Amino acid sequence: MGLIKFAGGKVFDPENGVDGLVQDIFVRDGRIVPAPVSGESISQEIDCRGRLVMAGAIDMHTHIGGGKVNIARSMLPEDHRGDLLARTELTRASCGYCAPGTLAAGYRYAEMGYTACFEPAVLPINARQAHMEMGDTPIVDKGGYVMLGSDDFLLRMMTAKQDQRAIDDYVAWTINAAQAIGIKVVNPGGISAFKFNQRSLDLDEQHPFYSVTPRQILKVLAQAVHDLGVPHPLHVHGCNLGVPGNVDTTLATIQAVEGLPMHLTHIQFHSYGTEGDRKFSSGAAQIAEAINANRNITADVGQIMFGQTVTASGDNMSQHRNSGLASPKKFVVMDIECDAGCGVVPFKYRDKNFVNALQWAIGLEIFLLVNDPWRIFLTTDHPNGAPFTSYPHLIKLLMDKTYRNAMLGTINADAAAMSTLGSIDREYTMYEIATMTRAAPARLLGLKDRGHLAPGAAADIVVYREQEDVEEMFARPEFVFKDGTLVARDGRIVEVTWGNTHVVRPEYDPAIEKQLKPYFDRYHSIRMENFKIHDDELCECGHGSKAMPHDCRYKRVR
Amino acid sequence: MDNVTCPFCGLACDDLQIEVIEGSVCATDNACGLSLDHYRRLAPVAGASPHIKGKAATIDEAVKSAAGILAKASLPLFDGFAADLSGARRIVQLADRCGAVIEHMNSTAKMRNLLSVQDAGWITTTLAEVKNRADLVVLLGTDAVSRFPRFFERLIWSQESMFGLDSGARQIVYVGAGLDDRAGHAPDGRPPEVIPCKVDEIGEGMGAMRSILAGQSLHAESVAGVPVGQWTSLLERLRSAKYAVIVWAAADFAFEHAELTVQTISALIKDLNLSNRVVGLPLGGSDGDFTSNGVLLWQTGFPFRCSFATGAPVYDPYMNSSQRLLTSGEADALLWVSAYNPARLPTKVSVPTIVLAPPGAVFESEPDVYIPVGTPGVDHAGHYTRTDKVVALPLRKLREIGLPSVADVVASIEAALDDGVA
Repeated sequence: MGLIKFAGGKVFDPENGVDGLVQDIFVRDGRIVPAPVSGESISQEIDCRGRLVMAGAIDMHTHIGGGKVNIARSMLPEDHRGDLLARTELTRASCGYCAPGTLAAGYRYAEMGYTACFEPAVLPINARQAHMEMGDTPIVDKGGYVMLGSDDFLLRMMTAKQDQRAIDDYVAWTINAAQAIGIKVVNPGGISAFKFNQRSLDLDEQHPFYSVTPRQILKVLAQAVHDLGVPHPLHVHGCNLGVPGNVDTTLATIQAVEGLPMHLTHIQFHSYGTEGDRKFSSGAAQIAEAINANRNITADVGQIMFGQTVTASGDNMSQHRNSGLASPKKFVVMDIECDAGCGVVPFKYRDKNFVNALQWAIGLEIFLLVNDPWRIFLTTDHPNGAPFTSYPHLIKLLMDKTYRNAMLGTINADAAAMSTLGSIDREYTMYEIATMTRAAPARLLGLKDRGHLAPGAAADIVVYREQEDVEEMFARPEFVFKDGTLVARDGRIVEVTWGNTHVVRPEYDPAIEKQLKPYFDRYHSIRMENFKIHDDELCECGHGSKAMPHDCRYKRVR
Repeated sequence: MDNVTCPFCGLACDDLQIEVIEGSVCATDNACGLSLDHYRRLAPVAGASPHIKGKAATIDEAVKSAAGILAKASLPLFDGFAADLSGARRIVQLADRCGAVIEHMNSTAKMRNLLSVQDAGWITTTLAEVKNRADLVVLLGTDAVSRFPRFFERLIWSQESMFGLDSGARQIVYVGAGLDDRAGHAPDGRPPEVIPCKVDEIGEGMGAMRSILAGQSLHAESVAGVPVGQWTSLLERLRSAKYAVIVWAAADFAFEHAELTVQTISALIKDLNLSNRVVGLPLGGSDGDFTSNGVLLWQTGFPFRCSFATGAPVYDPYMNSSQRLLTSGEADALLWVSAYNPARLPTKVSVPTIVLAPPGAVFESEPDVYIPVGTPGVDHAGHYTRTDKVVALPLRKLREIGLPSVADVVASIEAALDDGVA
């Protein structure tokens, strides 16, 4: 492959401190390389004058693969019928708006300039299927956070007061067995408690069977992730999702990890107060203040958008609690393998509904009140808040105060009146958008060669035509390169490639299997040996996807 | 070989010990009768080769002939669809390219559950939860073991369970007619309770329990031939159990509109979960049906009975059934894949037919093209999705007798189409 020159574009590369400077970028063999010294011939020149150039975007929390997503697909033929994708010479047939097929998801992400997506809720027992689905998601790279915290093995270890080192070994073993890049905890202990017919589990409430509390679970898992040097902090879906008043739980959760790194996911759903006539109010200001004050904390928002979607979560307890709100009226809830659970509830967010309108405002308030774009991430918790295809619209809401306030004027008036959104002047800059969608997620996940444009980085490069309307600009980049290959042009796929799987491989003492083997034999429904996903299997499950391991002790200095 | 996964029913037991003697698979431990029958049926067949219209042919000739049939067809039907992960991926890709309709040999049964999920959803559980938690197991219209032989051995009368439950003390109730309840006898000889009820009237019984639960008084003295008092007492048992599991097998609901029965069962379970934990366990997943359907579903968004004829996927549970497409004459070619079982073959087909099945297939009438293929988990490695659709297990290669996989053959057919074979 020859040398490609991206000539004369305005470059936004926050990892390297480049804020809109006109620069040339050179690419060879799928990697960004230094400017050629002399006389090297340029085999292809991409004219980037009047264009913005950024690294490929990274969605660090999107439900694109695994059992619950496939349940959502099977439940919602009416969703798919309205959004069919016919085959072309290049691309295959697929469909779906809020629960798209993997083919449609990969094409659409690439068309929008996304080059990596991370599935945040890989159940250990369902990890093979998650890799199969991610493997069938074209073009983008992927990776998964494997879920612990309601698995009986961990809860038994904690009840037996096993030491942190043993728990670290189990956590590392699970990451390796599931071929994951991080650890997620969902409603810590609550998924298990629901199987014992408990309907809520607060941060300091004891589990109905085990001698543990959610706080203790959070603490040991955050510690384990830290001890193992896994770059991505513990990814936390906290207690009491969606419950008015849960802002207090979330604030207490931030304190619970005692300064250890922690990522709070879809924090919008965990930022609700109980003020006002309807006992539902915004806790965004308190949450943003806490994030600003605690540098160990990162969060993604989980913005909601108005319209039809489907909520798919490992949190069977919360999903069951909310199942009465299903629209259309159907839902699936599952208890899963002494390991986890899931719940799938279709949902329609309505702009004239007080609660939904306030949820919309709360998400935007959090975006705008958190000062540091390195610590707040742009997500809709696809598809739980909205499908990922709404990102360009969301970016416009963040960058354009006039537009945002015009939208605010159309929502439920009581909600608008209760929100401080209209008084917030902040408009995100292009540099900040590039930070929160590229540089920051790469850094948060420990992806050294993604999310930036310095020599050595993978040539995941997006070129946008500069436009007045940033929604239009972000919806259809002019060029999208994945590992140096032009994959999309003007919002159309021009070549289909298959991405790889980002993983970490923390070390552990293999003696942990002396505990695991008898546990599997006595209580589980499969053998321990068949639980572990080997590399060649990852490749087969992942449609030829290669594991791309990232360093575990790596700490990027800002 | 140890820890071998058996691919012959939806339980996908992965604890088999296997020996292979001259290409014949002999299970030495943990295999059930059904598994042994299947392995026996897959014993090497002398002189197995592809056939074109009943005459021996080379694999290349057979592949070209198959591609020719598909190239000429205006609406090919891809049925059978019993494959592993890689085979299913190739079949879906080929269907997209050929504008085919995808069906499955088990779809009539599977639609009973699927239609209900699409209409109302459900609350279900998986095998390890049953093994460790179930204190009451209610079987509706199924004995479980005829289709899933090790159900009781592995999940109910297990040696141990995790939460202080005495597994030998589990309560078993059968609701149905003529069910073989022997497996439901506890290790100490305690017999199960049996509520005699016609299978197509089970839904009425469930409806009666919903009414009683809702506090309505029933005027009838019996529902579905069962005294109301018996339904009331079953309901009370469900409500007093810690973790009750309601088991059914869609394949055993062989009557019209059984999806309504599934829906009523699911609705009862939902009602009960407002204050108790009661979960469904729909048993299925044989012949790779969850494996293949999973692939189709995640790639395209739709389950089988999905047509690619217009270029975009179109799912229609009625218009796209293989029975309708073949009897109406709309489908004009058939690709049938049965990778696990040479005995499950298409019957009375009048359109050009291609069959991919293990050696030893005996046809009513010879198909236009027959290509012997290996069985996943016997002749090659693969992946198989279990009855709960959560666990995908690795299948191992146990022997080498020179059989291509479904994925290999379908890829060759696609390559032949690329080369312009017609």
